[in-house]
Amino acid sequence: MAEKPKVAIYGLGACAGCDEAVIDLNEAILQVADAVDIVLWPLAMDFKYSRIQAMQEGEITLSILTGSVRNSDHQEMAELLRKKSQLVLAMGACACFGGTPGLANFRGRDDIFNWVYRDAPTVVNPNGSFPQPETDLNGRKLTLPSFFEHVFTLDQVIDVDYYLPGCPPPPELIGNAINVLLAGDLPPKGSTLAPRKAICDTCPRNQRKPNRMEIKSFRRIHEVEADPDACFLAAGIICMGPATRTGCGETCIRINVPCRGCFGPVPGVVGSGPKFLSTLASLLVVERDDEIKEAIDSIDDPVGYLYRFAQPSSILGRRNAKKSMEE
Amino acid sequence: MTAKTLTIDPITRLEGHGKIEIFLNDQGDVEDAFWQVSELRGFERFCLGRPAEEMTRIVPNICGVCPSAHHMAATRALDDLYDVEPTPTAKLIRQLEFNAFYIEDHYIHFFFLAAPDFVVGPDADPAERNILGVIRKVGKEVGARVIEVRKKNREIIRLVFSKPPHPEGGLPGGVSRGITSDERRRIKEIADYSVEFAQFAMGLFKDLVLRNKKNLDLVLSDAYQLKTCYMSLVDENDKVSFYDGTVKVIDPGGKEIVRFDPRDYVEHIGEWVEPWTYIKMSHLKKIGWKGLVEGEGTSLYRVAPLARLNVAGGMATPLAQKECEQMFDTLGGKPAHHTLAMHWARLICALQAAEHNQMIASDPLLTSKDIRNMNLRLKRVGVGCVEAPRGTLFHHYETDDRGLLTRVNLIVATQNNAAPISLSVKKAAREFIRGGNVKEGLLNRVEMAFRAYDPCLSCATHALPGRIPLVVNIRDQEGRVIRTLRRS
Repeated sequence: MAEKPKVAIYGLGACAGCDEAVIDLNEAILQVADAVDIVLWPLAMDFKYSRIQAMQEGEITLSILTGSVRNSDHQEMAELLRKKSQLVLAMGACACFGGTPGLANFRGRDDIFNWVYRDAPTVVNPNGSFPQPETDLNGRKLTLPSFFEHVFTLDQVIDVDYYLPGCPPPPELIGNAINVLLAGDLPPKGSTLAPRKAICDTCPRNQRKPNRMEIKSFRRIHEVEADPDACFLAAGIICMGPATRTGCGETCIRINVPCRGCFGPVPGVVGSGPKFLSTLASLLVVERDDEIKEAIDSIDDPVGYLYRFAQPSSILGRRNAKKSMEE
Repeated sequence: MTAKTLTIDPITRLEGHGKIEIFLNDQGDVEDAFWQVSELRGFERFCLGRPAEEMTRIVPNICGVCPSAHHMAATRALDDLYDVEPTPTAKLIRQLEFNAFYIEDHYIHFFFLAAPDFVVGPDADPAERNILGVIRKVGKEVGARVIEVRKKNREIIRLVFSKPPHPEGGLPGGVSRGITSDERRRIKEIADYSVEFAQFAMGLFKDLVLRNKKNLDLVLSDAYQLKTCYMSLVDENDKVSFYDGTVKVIDPGGKEIVRFDPRDYVEHIGEWVEPWTYIKMSHLKKIGWKGLVEGEGTSLYRVAPLARLNVAGGMATPLAQKECEQMFDTLGGKPAHHTLAMHWARLICALQAAEHNQMIASDPLLTSKDIRNMNLRLKRVGVGCVEAPRGTLFHHYETDDRGLLTRVNLIVATQNNAAPISLSVKKAAREFIRGGNVKEGLLNRVEMAFRAYDPCLSCATHALPGRIPLVVNIRDQEGRVIRTLRRS
C-alpha cells in the first residue's frame, strides 16, 4: 500500500474557529482521517513536536496554517512547517489577511498593556506590576514570550502556496481544498481556492437590487428593521458585498445581517477598503465632490468596516516583517 | 541532588500560549508550581471607536471554540446599553441558540478532551490517549453519535446566527431573523435527539468513571480537591441559568456571600496582576487579594459547571435535577470541591440545555414574527453577563452619544478560574511528583488538573480542547538541561 500523504493542521495567532470548521466536515472527517496521515492537529491528535522536527524537508505533503503572526512562537512554528512541507495553505481570514485581530495595528502595544494591567476598572494592582519577559521569584526564573509590535499575515513571514479565506471558511470549501491539493493536479501557485466573483454576484437579494442605487444617507443595522429580502446597500446599510469575494454561502446575509468582508477582496484588488469606497461613491445620489465627502464622512467608523478583516494585508497595514520583528 | 525546574512547555504548543513551571527542591519534591498564560491580544482596545452594535460581530473572534458565549454577552450588553428588553420571541430564539451551543460545546470537551483520560486511561500510551482511542474503546457507533449530536446542534446555530464558529445576528432588543413553523419541527427533532443523547452520555459516564474504581478514586482523591468560593448566574428561583440571571457567590463552606446584579460587577470582582503571567487573577474584591490560597477566608472563586451546581439551589429542568442530586450524594454533599467532578457537572449542564430546548421548541411564541423591540434609548453604558459553558462572562461597554465605543472591559470565564487553576496544578504536582520521579503518566495527571476546567486561553487567551503536547526539561540550578522527557 502506498504511503498516505501527510497533513498538518496548525493554528498560529488564531481563535480555533478554523479548526472547528474542519470538524464541521462531520462524518467526512473520518474519511479524511482514513485517507491521510494527520501528523499534527493539536485539536484532535496527540502533538509530537519532536516528530515534526525530525522529519525530512518536504516530508509533509500539506500544511494547513490558520491564524496571524503576532509573536516569535508563531513565527518559529510557521517557518518549521514551511520547511517540512511541500505545500502550505493559508486558511482563514487571519492567515490570509490578518483577520479581526489585525485591527490591533491601529493601537500600540503600550496602549493595550496600560488598559489591561493598569486602567481597567476591575484591576487591583497596588504594586504597579506589568507582565515581564522574565521574572525572578526568590531565584526562580519565570519567562514569557515578547510580542511583535505588529500583526502580520502568514505570507509576510513565510512563502505561501495557496489561500482559502473566510472567517472561517465553510466546510465545503475546506473539503474541496484538501481534495484539490492532495489530488496532485495543482492550480497555479498563489491561487485562492474560492470562487472569483463578488458576493453581490451570488447574493440571494441581488434580484431585488434596484438598477440604479440612490443612496442618500447611511444607517446602522440596529437602527432599522432590515427587509429580509432587499439589498442592504440600497437601503443605506453598509454591506461589503461589492468589494468582497464570494464563497461563504452568504450565511450572514441569509440571517439578515450585512456582509463584513471576511472573504477578503475580490480578485485583482489589493484591499477591499478602497475598492468599496469607490463603489460606494458611485452609488450616492449626490452631485458635487464635497457632497460625496460629506456622505462618506457620515459613515461612523469607516476604518472598522473597511479593514475589519484585512488591515495587515492592506496598503495601510503592510510592513516589512523582518525589519519590524527585529525592532 | 540539586534543585531542579520542570518546564511543561508548552501545555498547548499549538499556540504556545501557556506553560507549567514546576520547581523541585533538593529531595526532588515539588516546592512550587506555576501555570503561566503567555498571550494577550488586546480586544478591549482595538474595539474602541467601533460602533457598539458591531461588537456582536467582532467579539466572536476572541474564541472560535466559545464564540456563541461572547456573541451572547455582547448582545445582552447591547440590550443594556440601549435600555431595551428583547421581545419574548427574541429571547426564546437567543436561548435556543445558546442551549444548542452549550450542548455541542460541552460534548466536544467531554469526548475529545476529558474522555481519553478516563476511557483510555491516564497511564495509557499517549498515542492512544485521544478521541480515536476513545472510539476504539467504546465503538464506532458511539463516535458517530457524538458527531451527530454536534452536527445537529450546530445546525440550529447556523439557522439562527449564521456560522457556528462565528455567530452573528444579535441586535439590541432582538435578533435579526425569526423561526418558521417548518424550522420549529426540525428544532423539536434535534432537541429530542439531544435529550436522548444527553441521557446516553450520562450513562456512559457512569459506566466508565463511576463504576470503575480506579477512575472514581481519582475523582474523589485529595490531589484533585480545592476549597474555594464559587460564582454562577442563577435565575429567580435560584436555579442554574445560562442566558441571564443574578450573580451569586458562595464561600467554601457553601454559605452565600453575595448576590448581585451583573451591572455591579466592578464592586465585586478584582483582577490582580502578576508579572509572570499575562492572565489576570480574578478574586472577590471585598475580601481582597490574599494570594494563591484556598480554604476558609480565601478570596479565590471558581466558575464553570461544578461552580454552577454548587452555587444554585438546583437545576432548572427535571432530568438534570435528578442527576444533580445523585452527583452530590456521591460526592458527599454541597459544595463539592472535587475538580474532576467538573466533567460530571458538565454533562448535567448539557442535559439541562437539551431539556430546555425541548420546552422552547414547543413554545407557541417561538415562531412569532415579533423579533425586534425597536424602542432603543442609548444609555451610553451597558453590561452584558451570561453564564458561558466555561463560567460567568462579563462584557462592559461605554460609548459616546453616537454609540461609538469609548471603553470596553471584559471579564472572561477562564480568567475567573486562573488563580484556582494555578493552585490545582500546584496541588496535583505536589501529590504526584515525588522524589524526583517524573513519569509521563504522572505529568498527565498534573495536566488533568487544569484540563478539568476546560480552560479557554483564547478567551483569556487560548488552550484548545485537544491532546496537550508535552516536553519536560529537567534543569539543574544553572539552568542546564540534564534530562528531557517527551510524550511520544
